[in-house]
Amino acid sequence: MKILTCPLNGPRNIAEFTYGGQVKPMPNPSEATDQEWAHYVFYGDNHIGVVREWWMHTPSSYWFIVERHNQTDEVIRTYDPAELFDVGASPAAEPTGADS
Amino acid sequence: MPFSLLKFGLNKDYPFEQIADLPGPTDLKSHYDVVIIGGGGHGVATAYYLAKYHGITNIAVLEKAYLGGGNTARNTAVIRSNYLTSAGVRFYTESVKLYERLSNEFDFNIMYSQRGQLTLAHTDATVRAFRQRAEVNKHFGGRTELIDRQAVGDLVPSLNLDPAGLPILAGLWHLDGATARHDAVAWGYAKGATQRGVELHQLTEVTRVDIEAGRVTGVQTNRGKVSCGCVVQAVSGLSADVSKMAGFPLPIVAYPLQAMVTQPVKPFLDPHVSSSALHCYVHQTSRGEIVIGGGSDPYPLYGTRSTLELKEGLIASAVEMFPFMSEMRLMRQWAGITDMTSDYSPIMGLSPVENYYLDAGWGTWGFKATPICGVTMAELVASGGKVPDLITPFSLDRFDAFRQVNEMGATAASH
Ligand SMILES: Cc1cc2nc3c(=O)[nH]c(=O)nc-3n(C[C@H](O)[C@H](O)[C@H](O)COP(=O)(O)OP(=O)(O)OC[C@H]3O[C@@H](n4cnc5c(N)ncnc54)[C@H](O)[C@@H]3O)c2cc1C
Repeated sequence: MKILTCPLNGPRNIAEFTYGGQVKPMPNPSEATDQEWAHYVFYGDNHIGVVREWWMHTPSSYWFIVERHNQTDEVIRTYDPAELFDVGASPAAEPTGADS
Repeated sequence: MPFSLLKFGLNKDYPFEQIADLPGPTDLKSHYDVVIIGGGGHGVATAYYLAKYHGITNIAVLEKAYLGGGNTARNTAVIRSNYLTSAGVRFYTESVKLYERLSNEFDFNIMYSQRGQLTLAHTDATVRAFRQRAEVNKHFGGRTELIDRQAVGDLVPSLNLDPAGLPILAGLWHLDGATARHDAVAWGYAKGATQRGVELHQLTEVTRVDIEAGRVTGVQTNRGKVSCGCVVQAVSGLSADVSKMAGFPLPIVAYPLQAMVTQPVKPFLDPHVSSSALHCYVHQTSRGEIVIGGGSDPYPLYGTRSTLELKEGLIASAVEMFPFMSEMRLMRQWAGITDMTSDYSPIMGLSPVENYYLDAGWGTWGFKATPICGVTMAELVASGGKVPDLITPFSLDRFDAFRQVNEMGATAASH
């Protein structure tokens, strides 16, 4: 059993979580070209290394951020999204310091 | 054959020992017309058809581990053409036709066994999708029909018709569904290619791709540098990481796919049986083992580890379908890294680098396409980049244009 540490609920079985995709900076939908938008939808950081991802603790519907090595499956850090996002800002806001 | 067998019987020496199937290792030459990265089925098939149909033999297939040891060795060997889109069905139907005569072509038995594939519908929506798939398949020359619940029971008497509270409403019966010995496919192509002069270099990893003015000029390996006229990339699970060396990204995410086999039992199951609602498929090999496979892991990973959760889920579904299997023991289990695209179709053809050709995005469904990939990739290379009709829908730029070839419903758990 693999354990993932939820910032809200503590260490839990990974089966309790749902993977939600990579954290990617979203271009402004009303200004982005079709190609920029397609790139945002279909491409991501898919090389071997540490990736930043959205995960949800399913029973409590709590979304948070995981930094994980995508080859060793080692979880480096988990934290609340407030660390990356300006809570209360418009949804188009880019995460601060995110490398795409 | 009977005569040579008689000669063999009368001979004191073992007459075949000296004739190795593959030539021994040699040094790398400084230049090849074509470098193929990846010695899986797709890579060696491309080399084979380049040599056989196009007279191009100054080819190096560079394989970082050993021949056919990647996903070619790990798949569950389902071969079929009953996909959803006309682009997909047209392509996979051609592959099935090539498979049907491959043992003859190689003079080497790939144990091609056409026992049919039965996919189960547990909802009205799936029945509607099956109707469409049956018609598209027929149109392109495949043999597929929709059968009702009773016919499903007649076809597979050992199947539980009400598994996991999901009564079976109908089935998609694909008579062309088949399996083959996956290793033999790689060996047959490699043997045929090397006999025609192609070099297969195992334990040779490409570590850098040299690009000058938008063209590939050579590759660096752990055994030295070679220059080349062009490159074909056919590395399945590592597609996105290898294309990075050539300087461009791919819309691919690597997910593990797990499978397993039970101990062998007497023959009881003729066709391949698959249910995407249960995320599980089952067939019996010619050795009697039951192969169990299903959906991908729940999150991406460049790894081949297995997980108890996924194995348990697969077994639970398999036992729902065939309750007596609860008494059986597992014998082997494994995983492979699959290069998943978001529309469940491959990425084939040109890349942003002029003479660097792509055979990628084969995800969980590329074994069945091995022969036709070889044929079309060889055509692409030999023509200097003229994309064959059959693979134009699978171009990399379809993503930018939102021209997906959506096979999601036709693959999910059924490969
Ligand atoms: C568990 C499982 C079940 C599957 N079931 C089915 C099925 O039932 N039906 C079906 O059609 N498909 C199935 N598939 C998918 C199928 O196995 C693959 O799509 C197909 O085998 C891909 O073939 P390939 O030759 O492109 O890749 P591979 O056989 O993986 O060959 C790629 C090779 O590239 C080499 N390589 C990688 N990087 C480098 C480098 N830098 N330098 C040199 N060499 C390199 C690797 O070592 C590898 O040998 C399944 C896959 C898995 C994992």
